[in-house]
Order: sequence, then C-alpha cells, then structure tokens
Amino acid sequence: MIRSVDSRFYPNHWLRQVLGPIFGAACLMATCTGVVVLALLLGSILAAALKGPPDNPFYAIGPNVVELVTLVRNLATQSQGTDPLEAGYRVGIVGSLWLLGLVALIGIPVGIGAGVYLEEYAPPGKLRRIVQTNIANLAGVPSIVYGILGLAVFVRAFGFQAIALGPKLLAGVLTLSLLILPIIVITTQEALRAVPQSLRQAALALGATRWQMVRDHVLPSALPGILTGTILGLSRAIGETAPLLMVGAAGSILKLPRGPLDRYSALPVEIYNFAKEPDPRFQTVVAGGILILVALLLTMNATAIVIRNRFRRYH
Amino acid sequence: MPEFLFGTELKPDAATPKFGIVPLIWGTFMVAAGSSMVALPIGLLSAIYLSEYAPRTLRSVLKPTLELLAGVPTIVYGYIALLLVTPVLKRLLERLVEVETFNALSACIVVGVMIIPLVSSLSEDVLSSVPRALREAAFGLGATKFEVSTRVVLPAALSGVFASFILAISRAVGETMAVVLAAGMRPQITLNPLTSIETMTTYIVQVISGDAPYGTPKYLSLFAVGLTLFAVTLTLNIISGVVLRHFREVYQ
Repeated sequence: MIRSVDSRFYPNHWLRQVLGPIFGAACLMATCTGVVVLALLLGSILAAALKGPPDNPFYAIGPNVVELVTLVRNLATQSQGTDPLEAGYRVGIVGSLWLLGLVALIGIPVGIGAGVYLEEYAPPGKLRRIVQTNIANLAGVPSIVYGILGLAVFVRAFGFQAIALGPKLLAGVLTLSLLILPIIVITTQEALRAVPQSLRQAALALGATRWQMVRDHVLPSALPGILTGTILGLSRAIGETAPLLMVGAAGSILKLPRGPLDRYSALPVEIYNFAKEPDPRFQTVVAGGILILVALLLTMNATAIVIRNRFRRYH
Repeated sequence: MPEFLFGTELKPDAATPKFGIVPLIWGTFMVAAGSSMVALPIGLLSAIYLSEYAPRTLRSVLKPTLELLAGVPTIVYGYIALLLVTPVLKRLLERLVEVETFNALSACIVVGVMIIPLVSSLSEDVLSSVPRALREAAFGLGATKFEVSTRVVLPAALSGVFASFILAISRAVGETMAVVLAAGMRPQITLNPLTSIETMTTYIVQVISGDAPYGTPKYLSLFAVGLTLFAVTLTLNIISGVVLRHFREVYQ
C-alpha cells in the first residue's frame, strides 16, 4: 500500500514499497519454473509418445487413452528389435525388476544395519566421525564413478579372471547396491536421530538391553523415515543408466535373465539405446519407454514423500 | 602424466594416440558454468520464496513437487534436450547462427533445470534455520519484507547458500546421461556454446560403448579420466561440507 508520507522521515518510501512486491513476484515465478518444467516434461513426452511418425499407420489413430494403453502394453511385451514397430522393453523391464529385487535384498539390510550401528552402538569419537564424513562424501560421488568402480572390481576383479564376474546381472546389482548404500545409511541415521532420547532412556531404565531397546522401541518409531529413505534409494537405483552401462548392461540383449549370473539389460539402458538411433521413427518407442520409467519412479517417489510428510505430523 | 594433465589434444583413435584431458575439463567446465547460470538464480529465488514468502499451505504443495522433479532420472532430461530444447534453440537462432544438433547450450539448460531442486531445497533448509529473532528485529526497525529477506536473512545464511551452490556445481560436473544425449562427443576447446563438446563423463561412456580391448591405453584412459572426475567432485563436496558445518556452528 502506498501512502503519502513525510519524505524526510521515510527516505525512498515509494521505492521500498514497490520493490517488495516485485521481488516477491520474481521469487514466486522462480518457484513455479519447477512446477512448469515438470508439467512441460510430462506433456511433451506424452505428446511424443502419442503423435508418432506420420508414416506409421499403427499410431495414426489419434491421441487417446486407448492408444496410449496399447502403446505401453506393446512396448512392455515386445523385445528389443531393429524395427520400431516391433521394438519393446520386455527384456529391460524384467532386468530392472531383477535389479530392484536383488538390490533391495542387499542394500536394505546392510544400509539400515550400518545406520543403526552408527547411531545407536558406535562410541562417539574420532573413528565414528571419520566414517561419518566418508559416508557423506560417498553420497556425493557421481554415479558414473561407481560404474567405473564396479567395472574394475566386480566385472574384471582387477584382472584376476578366476573371480571376475564379467558383465553379469550380479555385477550390476552389487554396483547399484554400493551406489544407494550412502543414501539409505544417511536417511536411516536421520530417522533414528529424530526419535526422542526419552524413549531410549525409558526402555533402558526398565531393564531392556540395548538390542531390545532398538528393536522394540527405536526402530518402530523411526520406521516411516527409514522406509522413505529406502524407497528413495531404490528409485534412484532404478533410474540410473550410467553405472549400468559401465558394468555391462547392454541394450542388445534379447534373452530374459534367469538368474544373477546371466547377461542382463535394464529399462533406462534400453531407452538410451533407442534414443541414440538416428531413425526418427524410434521417437515413439523412446517416449513410450520414458513414460513407463517416469510413471514407475514418480509413483515410488510420491509414496516416499507422502510417508515422510505423514511422519512429520507426529513429531 | 604431464601429457595427460596438460595435453590439449584428445585423439584416442589416431595412429599415434593422444590423451590430453584439457578438452574434457574445458567441456565439463562449460556445462558446469552454463548450468549454474540457469540453476543458481532460479534455485535461490525459489528458496527465498519458499522460506520467506510462501503461505504454509502453498509451501506444503510446492516443496514435494520440486522434490519430485529431483526424482526424474537423468536420461529423461537428456531425451528432453533432444526432443524439446534443441529444436526450440534451432528455431530461435537459425536466422543468426548455425546450431548443431548436439550442442553445449541445450546440455547446460537441461542440467541447470535438473539441479534447481538441489539448490532450492538445500538453500531453503539453510534460510529457514536462520533464527526468527533476527527477522523480528529487522521488522521491528521498520524494514519491509524485501529488505528483511535480502539484507538480513540472506547475508546471515550466505555461507550455507554458498555450500548448496557448490554441491549443485559438483552434481553438474558429475552428470552423465543428460550431457551424453544433449552435448555430443566432440572433444574441443571452444567458447561457442552452440557446438558439440565432450565432458569427462561423456568420454567415459564413449570409451565403454566402443569396444576398447582390455588393457589398451584407450581402455586405461577411462580410469584416468574417472579418477580426475572423482578428485574434482570430491574436492567440491568437501569444500561444501566444511562451509556447511561452519554455518551450522554459528547458528545451532
């Protein structure tokens, strides 16, 4: 509101009154870019998936839901191919599900275990601080560096052929587990730190052992936070492409993996492979694949965020 | 070793292969600088909005949305660069200059958008941990909301905001798939953002996608470049961590 005031006591009054709202509007606009970009992103991919190339009779029905469902179903059931009409992501989706399951099997127990140890058991001191700093730094290492690590350690075993895994599913699982471990450890620690100290003291005062206290009281009340971190970590693993390229997930694999020692592919790797194709008719295939991937990840992340927000309300 | 660190030519497939990392570092620097120009102002402004201006309900909607944006896999951003950003750039600039299909600018834009959530969410945490008393004191002296935000809260939180900037730059340096798809794979030292460049991460993908036999210099150069990349990002992360710890010690 601009009032006429004595300018001797209010220097630059008009300017000050006007600048505020302008700045506020600029800030609001900046915040909205995020939302706008998300909408633009989904919209353009949806459009690309529906439009398809003009010479392609299969997609020329017109944009509607039925067509989209058909497209996604076809992509999900067909295997990799050189013909855009026949191409699909069956091998990649199955590979990604294998990765998801096995990474969860390795990453969750180790990650939560490490978090519980650091927060509840480890004596405070220099060693704990060093480990803590290390984990924080590991969380910031680019994913492709994990890929190089996986290549050197798991795929090649530093050149010792006898114990080298080769470009097998297990190498991908181990690499991705390492990648998400810091995320799970850090969020587990944060969740444990949010548990009030009085809860621990009450349990110990009633004669519970440290393990009983952690198992019966601390872990249950930290569970939502831990769950959030775990889901975020797993969704990160599903969306990663670069490290999997390094440890041998190839878009050209046509056989479904049957066990951890088979060759494998993953959904994002296959998307990358199609995106590299110069043939514009593959655009529909790429866009459809991304729709599947994004739908999966947004669902996982939204679940994690909802769980965390509900958790916050209790404290 | 000096040839690797200071060589300005990268020709792994030539008859006498040359492995100078300077073009890759230059390309990485270009993407990091360009994406910072997009992400840092927008990220900071939205952090200020979320922490100082936004009503509680709006904030509880906006923040998760920004977090969702952070969860979109990087390959999607690469595809968006090819599908949306580059064609738009071409349409806008075709009268003036030639825009290559793979160019540094579109990589900068998508990587910039990608790291906005990182900047805004970290900076917002830092801004909201500035003590309430500081704000109230300033309001009590008759400052407007704009003045409180920019002259009291922001300077108080500056070191923390700086830390979030460094972390975002480190993320841009290590970003792979978006840059691979958007910026192409031509190692060169140029100032023109409309041509193709190659970053350290892209080179690693290029070597592993081609069939470099195990043990050859080209294959081994992958580890050298990877180590350099690791050293750069680790340094940035450590600086950011130290600055952030300092900030926390001041206010908590």
